Amino acid sequence: MKRLRGKTGWILLALAALLFPLFAHNNYLISVATQGFIMALAAIGLNLITGYTGQFNLAHGAFMAVGAYTVGILTVDYQVPFWIAFALAGVVTAILGFFIGLLSLRLKGHYFSIFTLCVSYIMFLLIEKWESLTHGTVGIMGIPVPAGVGPVQFGTPLSQYYLVLAFLALGVWIMSRIVNSLLGRSFMAVRNSDELAEALGIDLMRTKTLSFVLSVVYAGFAGALYAGQVRFLGPDLASEVVTFDLVMFVLVGGIGTLLGPLVGTGLVTWMTQGLQFLQDYRMVVFGPVLIALIIFLPDGIVGTWLNRRARRADTTRGKPNA
Amino acid sequence: MLEIIDLTKLFFGLTAVDHVSTRFERGQVSAIIGPNGAGKTTFFNLIAGTHRPSSGKILFNGQDVTGLRPDHVARLGIARTFQTTHLFDNATIIDNLIVGHRLRTHSGLWDVLVNSKRLQQEEKVCREKAMDALDFVGLANISHRMAGDITQEERKRVALALALATDPELLLLDEPAGGVNPDETVGLATLIRKLVDHGKTVCLIEHKMDMIMRLADKIVVLNNGGKIAEGTPAEIRRDPQVIDAYLGVDHAAI
Repeated sequence: MKRLRGKTGWILLALAALLFPLFAHNNYLISVATQGFIMALAAIGLNLITGYTGQFNLAHGAFMAVGAYTVGILTVDYQVPFWIAFALAGVVTAILGFFIGLLSLRLKGHYFSIFTLCVSYIMFLLIEKWESLTHGTVGIMGIPVPAGVGPVQFGTPLSQYYLVLAFLALGVWIMSRIVNSLLGRSFMAVRNSDELAEALGIDLMRTKTLSFVLSVVYAGFAGALYAGQVRFLGPDLASEVVTFDLVMFVLVGGIGTLLGPLVGTGLVTWMTQGLQFLQDYRMVVFGPVLIALIIFLPDGIVGTWLNRRARRADTTRGKPNA
Repeated sequence: MLEIIDLTKLFFGLTAVDHVSTRFERGQVSAIIGPNGAGKTTFFNLIAGTHRPSSGKILFNGQDVTGLRPDHVARLGIARTFQTTHLFDNATIIDNLIVGHRLRTHSGLWDVLVNSKRLQQEEKVCREKAMDALDFVGLANISHRMAGDITQEERKRVALALALATDPELLLLDEPAGGVNPDETVGLATLIRKLVDHGKTVCLIEHKMDMIMRLADKIVVLNNGGKIAEGTPAEIRRDPQVIDAYLGVDHAAI
């Protein structure tokens, strides 16, 4: 019963996403939604290491840039077909994530966060200054759209929308597999208390590194999709602003929940768009709303809702026995 | 079962554990007592692998386990509980416990992605182990309560169940009755005795002397990192050094 209700919710959400273009009256809205989905994919990845494993990674946006630049450099400078470059974006971020994870995950708590923030800045500087590879501040222009698969082409905003939606759905499905499995339980045990997890026989370094690599692979693929959709890359993609946006999405939606990053990304993107007419003053509205959310719903929207539901299930279960 | 040979731990020149040798026999309850700061928890941390000893040896079933990582020690069959029980408060008790048997499973990322038979089987085993452990500590009826809502005594029992789910031979319990009332302490002592009756070996740190004196088969007394006495409760009660350092006249044999 409970499982069924959970499933229904997901199906409704998927249906809403599938039908959204029917109600969006222009390509602009569709492009905004597509970019929202790309950010959501990255946020889901961030949520794995930060929400489920408890390691607050502040280099996530930089890994997204690595994925994007892998596609950009390979397709523009080396004429590699898009989907091969796309796959390599995953491989490159995984390898880089493995070594950076191995190094940074030796640190705990805030030290890890500060370290990854530095890593992020180093990666930003590399992208900005290594002109022969990354085109520096000029950026990479003219990235091809994702190549068609069979009869399906990805030239229009609408087809891009569905392509990104398909990847997002795949990403959510894989993530639900991971977090609901024994592997996910190992991650959560590390978050709960690394000392206890280790005493329960969980190899800390291996578990954290695996989580970190999986998490940045999500960022890498999100970046690769970004490259194919926006078709222009500048070093700003690696700036800490992107990371903090992702952190905000995860926090608003509900850290350590499957649905949270999706809700957070959707809500914040919608709010930023809705407040566009205020121009620079929009932050005056946006800031206080964000602060109120963090104060009154520290577990995020989804987290608060899930906690309440779990507690209610607990009390109703208790009654017949009592 | 567990043999400690000349174990020493220095923290920046400060001796936390000072040339301690002792042994814990299979199927017994051994207790470590001593004033605060005597090095009891450090002693546990050395056995469990949290800290690496400065010198000395630890043999578990004849195997040298000195300086192994905690997860490795756990897999060999030494489980432990902590003074403060870290549970994930926003999850049910059963959900907190399932991970306890993870160390005996082998499913990796690939099993998760393809939802393999092995993974399904292992998840079932982990759930059963968790339920058995909860049943053993007498909390099967509250398996679906939120961990944040239970009493301190129940938390202590859940912590014990978590350690039990790892299928250990030896359990190291750090203040298993810390912060619970005298009635509940008796219940916990009964539970610890039940563990031993079911073939486990227990080594515990505790300050509650009434409990220790009734429960322990053997007591090791630490003071300033060094072992000052070792023996049955009756012997410890008579030991003048122990009375001086720790027990006071209240507990001295009449």
